Amino acid sequence: MKMVRVEFLGPIQKEPIELEIDNLNQLAQILQQDESLGEWLQNSAVAVNDTLVSSRDVALKDGDKISLLPPVCGG
Amino acid sequence: MWHLKMEIKFHFCHLYVEGDVLELYDGALDVPKILKEWYEEQAQSNYGAYIPFVGTVRSEDGIDGLSFDIYEPILESWFALWQEKAKERGAIVKMAHSRGDVMLHESSYISAVFSPKRRVALELIDEFVEDFKASAPIWKYDLINGKRVYAKDRSTAIKGSGILGEKI
Repeated sequence: MKMVRVEFLGPIQKEPIELEIDNLNQLAQILQQDESLGEWLQNSAVAVNDTLVSSRDVALKDGDKISLLPPVCGG
Repeated sequence: MWHLKMEIKFHFCHLYVEGDVLELYDGALDVPKILKEWYEEQAQSNYGAYIPFVGTVRSEDGIDGLSFDIYEPILESWFALWQEKAKERGAIVKMAHSRGDVMLHESSYISAVFSPKRRVALELIDEFVEDFKASAPIWKYDLINGKRVYAKDRSTAIKGSGILGEKI
């Protein structure tokens, strides 16, 4: 298992968490049990070490940073 | 004076690559100053067109202003991709954005394209601002009675969103 940090950006208003997981499928399983996240899982993009990823097929390493980016509106 | 300069330096970050620039400021943008600086930086660069877009906070729905959160690491990599796209067309892009609160009739966003001829700059400013709206990791809040209210209805999910919400 790898120790990773998960950050919730912008309006999600949730403190970062540290988890021991190997991949994003495990992260999805854990976060889907967290009712406080509500629809944020459905509408947030995901970045691993500040690079956006388009599938859960990503192997994680110790120290990885995972960020959830909810819908944006700059300008 | 020295103290003032230091303070200004700490209050915005300035990424500089061959004339392309991304500036982030705390609070409202000083529009005349930024447009003038960009103009002067490129005045001798032989660009025939300078097309700026300035976004101003409008009075609507009883708001007192807007407020912004920015996630800088991904904003920087997003902007770097646009620098490359602009370079391929012989152009450069510049952008300034506010962090925190910006009140009515102040400006929170300026972008601009410089290009040898007008057509590239006109097209690029349109593409750049549209992608900025859809992809730049910036979150907007309405300021209403001193509270920050996430502008959910005006926000766009970034392409590829939702992968953690799909059923296992």
